[in-house]
Amino acid sequence: MQLTQQQTAMLEGDFGPATRKAMQILSALGKIYGAEHMLPVTSVQIAGVSYDNLGEAGLGFLDEMASGGGQARVLATLNPAGMDVEDWPALEIDPEFAAQQQRVIEAFTRMGVVASCTCTPYLAGNVPHFGEHIAWAESSAVCYANAVLGARTNREGGPSALATALTGFTPAYGLHLPENRRPTCTVRLETALNDPAEFGALGQAAGLWLQNRPEGRVPYITGLEHATLEQLKALCASIATYGGAALFHIPGVTPEASQYSPPALALTLTRAEIDAALAAMDDTTAADEIDFVSLGCPHLSLAEMARLAALLDGKQVKKTFWITTSRLTKLAAERMGYAQTITASGAIIAADTCCVVAPIRGRFQALATDSAKACYYAASKNRFKTRVLPFERVVEEALK
Amino acid sequence: MKIHARTIHPGSARGSALVSRAAISFFGGVDPDSGVVVEAGHPLHGKSIAGRVLVFPTGKGSTVGSYTLYRLKKNGKAPAAILNAQCETITAVGCIIADIPCLDGVALDEFVDGLFVVVDGDQGLIETGAPFCEG
Repeated sequence: MQLTQQQTAMLEGDFGPATRKAMQILSALGKIYGAEHMLPVTSVQIAGVSYDNLGEAGLGFLDEMASGGGQARVLATLNPAGMDVEDWPALEIDPEFAAQQQRVIEAFTRMGVVASCTCTPYLAGNVPHFGEHIAWAESSAVCYANAVLGARTNREGGPSALATALTGFTPAYGLHLPENRRPTCTVRLETALNDPAEFGALGQAAGLWLQNRPEGRVPYITGLEHATLEQLKALCASIATYGGAALFHIPGVTPEASQYSPPALALTLTRAEIDAALAAMDDTTAADEIDFVSLGCPHLSLAEMARLAALLDGKQVKKTFWITTSRLTKLAAERMGYAQTITASGAIIAADTCCVVAPIRGRFQALATDSAKACYYAASKNRFKTRVLPFERVVEEALK
Repeated sequence: MKIHARTIHPGSARGSALVSRAAISFFGGVDPDSGVVVEAGHPLHGKSIAGRVLVFPTGKGSTVGSYTLYRLKKNGKAPAAILNAQCETITAVGCIIADIPCLDGVALDEFVDGLFVVVDGDQGLIETGAPFCEG
């Protein structure tokens, strides 16, 4: 791989030990994936923030990078933490955990990484534009950036995204190259979709079909003439979780679709397949056991906060109900009065975190959510039984 | 025997080979405090990777696995070196942050458990000798 003078200097330690380690990571990845050179990036999103996932080892590494003089050279934001950074006692987080989580946040902020703590950076001031090279972790946001915004990123892990933040470069391979962005198959949708839960079902059905396809995992999705930000957010989270997809094209909706025509290899999804996907994620045996309800995977948008406030107005929830969103969205919801209506119902607005990364294993038996992604991790990581229901029915479940 | 391989992370090491025909997930698959493989049904289940020249086809599983290698190193339970058929992101990043020599492009068939292996990551060279007596 060809390195510039500056990149070579980074690798040789002229910019300090943290930048050296960062460049070692990037040049090794470049070597593995056959990159010919590095690309300058404009934006980074770093995952691996929750102490629940990092543990002492991850924290030790971050401390070492911060002590080694690591400083972000481009806009870099953070994924959700394991708790509401300001009001963690409301989530009954163990003080020991909270102290370690704060150390993680501090290590990042010392490096100049913005502690946005959200999986929707595109709703919180980190919004790359069309064609920009970026390095994002967080699979749902990767998919949103590639597909919806038309920016270019591979699926980064926590350390590789941090490495790019500290150097400003990423190796040129994968989805940074135009030839890897063309669709590899068609997903023909032959039914209308409404609720984000149904877009999650589309992502699950398409994702499971895509995950081991040797042709690649870039679907061209037909049959959708319009999709809202919230619907696309749900589709991105689900198709990334179940299919490992990092990019899709929808004619009339996403910006690169018009360059391509639908590939011959196709999957057809009718109402029957969407309903089957919904049924597969909805464990009805958990119907009488739901003790935890959560909306906000990915983090709720302001429009969803408004929708939720209207549904909860004047009512009282009977179960632990977490509304997970970004700090910025929470502030705007407070200014609009949505947040007050939501908390008056007894629901908890948990900013900075979510039910996937918070340390809640063993605290609950069964989760009701509208998110296909939350469903996957609730089962695999937290061992909860899970019901996936439309937005309104999730709220009803909390009120029951 | 001398084997040329591609260096993912430099450094030198020597030790006795531990060979797996199956991919390894470090996160959840290896106990970071003891270095023992804990993944149920894995061919190395119950064996410690600490101090061994660990030979396996490729990594798998969560990207958090990179941090598991770092933690193993801090606990003195990391492998002496890692040799892969095809290295991927999780193992590569883990070896770099933990400073474990790592090479790839090796043929697994050239290694058996207990074989004494000298790894020269700086030269991209692996030397194998007589079975190592652990005495």
